[in-house]
Amino acid sequence: MIWLLPLPPLLAFFLIVLVTNKKKALSHTLGVGAAALSWLGSMIVFVRALGVEHFGEHAFESVVDWLPTGETALQIGVRIDPLGAAVLFFVAWTILMIFLYSVGYQNFGQPAGDHDVKGLPPHGATVTDNMGKKHTVMSIEPMYSRFFAFLGLFACGMYTLVVSNNLLTLFVGWEIMGLCSYLLIGFWYGKKSARDAAVKAFMTTRIGDVFMLLGIAFLYSATGSLSFEVIFAEGTLHALATTPAFFGFSAAGFIGLLIFIGVVGKSAQWPLHVWLPDAMEGPTPVSAMIHAATMVSAGVYAVLRMFPLITADFSGHGLTMTMSIIAFIGSFTAIFAATIAVAQNDIKRVLAYSTVSQLGFMIAALGIGAYVAAAFHLITHAFFKALLFLGSGSVIHGMEHGALHTGEHVDPQDLFNMGGLRKKMPVTFWTFLIGGLALSGFPVLTAGFWSKDEILADAFGHGHWVVFITLAVAAFLTAFYTMRQITLAFFGEPRTRAAAHAQETPWTMTLPLVVLATFAIGYGWTGIPEHFPILGGLIPNWFHEFVGGTLAVHPEVLEFSIWPLLASIGVALGGLSFGWLAYRKVRTPRQDRLQIPVLKNKWYFDEAYDFLFVRPAAWIAEQFSYLFMDRTIIDGILHGIARGALFLGGVFRNYIDKPVINEFFGDGTGNLVKRAGAGLRKIQVGRLQYYMLASLIVLVAFAVLYYLLLA
Amino acid sequence: MNIPLSWYLILAASLFCIGLYGVLSRRNAIAILLGVELMLNAVNINLVAFWRYLDPAQMGGQVFAIIVFAVAAAEVAVGLALIISVYRSRKSVVADDIDLMKW
Repeated sequence: MIWLLPLPPLLAFFLIVLVTNKKKALSHTLGVGAAALSWLGSMIVFVRALGVEHFGEHAFESVVDWLPTGETALQIGVRIDPLGAAVLFFVAWTILMIFLYSVGYQNFGQPAGDHDVKGLPPHGATVTDNMGKKHTVMSIEPMYSRFFAFLGLFACGMYTLVVSNNLLTLFVGWEIMGLCSYLLIGFWYGKKSARDAAVKAFMTTRIGDVFMLLGIAFLYSATGSLSFEVIFAEGTLHALATTPAFFGFSAAGFIGLLIFIGVVGKSAQWPLHVWLPDAMEGPTPVSAMIHAATMVSAGVYAVLRMFPLITADFSGHGLTMTMSIIAFIGSFTAIFAATIAVAQNDIKRVLAYSTVSQLGFMIAALGIGAYVAAAFHLITHAFFKALLFLGSGSVIHGMEHGALHTGEHVDPQDLFNMGGLRKKMPVTFWTFLIGGLALSGFPVLTAGFWSKDEILADAFGHGHWVVFITLAVAAFLTAFYTMRQITLAFFGEPRTRAAAHAQETPWTMTLPLVVLATFAIGYGWTGIPEHFPILGGLIPNWFHEFVGGTLAVHPEVLEFSIWPLLASIGVALGGLSFGWLAYRKVRTPRQDRLQIPVLKNKWYFDEAYDFLFVRPAAWIAEQFSYLFMDRTIIDGILHGIARGALFLGGVFRNYIDKPVINEFFGDGTGNLVKRAGAGLRKIQVGRLQYYMLASLIVLVAFAVLYYLLLA
Repeated sequence: MNIPLSWYLILAASLFCIGLYGVLSRRNAIAILLGVELMLNAVNINLVAFWRYLDPAQMGGQVFAIIVFAVAAAEVAVGLALIISVYRSRKSVVADDIDLMKW
């Protein structure tokens, strides 16, 4: 059963690519159908998992031998433990919703565009209505089927990653997603920015992946296995924790660090965060699925998986070196990305930096050992961030409709072109508001509050003051930029005619919004701490019990403290109201006081990387690799060999081939035969008598010879 | 029995040479055919002579001679038919003129 989960999307991928490529309706039916099948399978697995007592000790597992390696075989298999089941739950839901959403987003049912070409976003089509009046409406994506094929392949990668019971297939799924991320960011490959973003994303994550692969190789050489069950056995962990490695790390810590670097790339943590905002060049469902809900979450999931290893030498007092690094990178990223998000005007870029920042929260939580809180925030974040991205896609879609309708050329993604959309797009507004409040951690009601509060409470409870304060400030900024975004987009008056004529999107887009909004509120209730005032204990803290059971040592329930709670309520409400007050009246970017260059330009990280890495790499490629290595040395050697061969060939030709072979053997034999033929021809006179005479002479000659020799 | 065997052989050899000369020197196809007949008969003389002088108890020599007659008669029939056929098409019985197969 679990084995089958990744298969339907993979099959859909091959079928769409090979067979149904030309038929758009059939392609999306296949894609959505496959996602629905996997979703159904995941739900069955999830429900069965719920029914098992102490599921952590009795995880579903199935293993086969795969690669024989000498005496033993490399085993691969599937495993669903509580963490896997919880992750599977949100992955299945978000993937299915995003597949459905894509049908509407890529304008299914709309006419083909007037001038649409493959590799560029659709530009709209002209239709004539009953009254004979011409309208410009949205047009269907020219590469519609291809989009669903890629989504299918991606879904296969994500499911593979989640159900894996070992690092090897986890890494395979990880790389499949990396490839799909590249393909989908560059989906509109006609745009240079999309091409560049795709390459940037691929290269940046590749840096992390190389380290991750090193970590996996180190782990395999140290333990001889990549299966989670073997690695996380108490004896193995103890051995790894006590083996010293390099730079004062234990083997466990060093492997954990290497794998964490892979996660830094995949989950877009500082300093490898630069690719994620640029990845917004892809279609919005891609941003929602890959760059908010699943692939970047896979990075956090990998750290969650590796948690026993990373904390193997953690005694409970004082973080280990690896954990300190993880906590530092996580909290730094959280606040750093939040400051950038404040100054971005592109609706999707704000969300992108927000994603980076929220992933930083989870990483920081893992760094301080708050396993359950990180997992909780991972799942709630996946729901509300997917919701926000889909909502922003819906906004963009509505804006594009308005832009086509009015013929006004405005950037449909710029917040300062929007305004007043709450009346035009009510469903989008309400769901976006729910998502935004969840992201801000609006108290009690939303899922984001419970998960973020748990992280803060954990940091407070274990006395990690720096992390606590950093994250609290980041949470304040989060609430602030979220409210800024909502205020600019939905409240006030329309800033452009396109915004004034925006239109609500079709049901295929709004239904996923509503479903995800339900989760963005409801999922938080599964993890209310027991000692919470009034609400605590009304609903059991199911999430803590369930997911905490994944670990060998069940994490203890944190003692309740009022301070982190007050802090989280304070920053959420403070940020929200401050954002509302500050942006209520802002009409143009000029009035926005936070448009300061250093934030606007993302702390100049792109420029710095360009100067530090990209240009030197290009210079080395040009000067050293191309001109020196390639043209001088390699080409020189090749040309030398070619010249030698040419000379040798000349020698053979002039001194062997021509005189000996041609003239002696070839022409010589030919001429000889020719001359002999000409000579012998003369005796063929055609007179019978001559022949008989000749035979007579020969006969007599032989007779004489015979007589003389033998007689 | 006072005529020795060698006389017959000399007679046969002479006859054979005359026939051979005829075959080689004459240009008329019919004359060539006549020469061939002479050579065959020279062989017949040899066969009969050897039979009579060396092994009269056996009939092999006589039988061989009779077979040669029969074959010769058949050969002449075919040969003359060919010559007539050639004559009809080319109005000639001269062997040199029959050079259809020459290079």
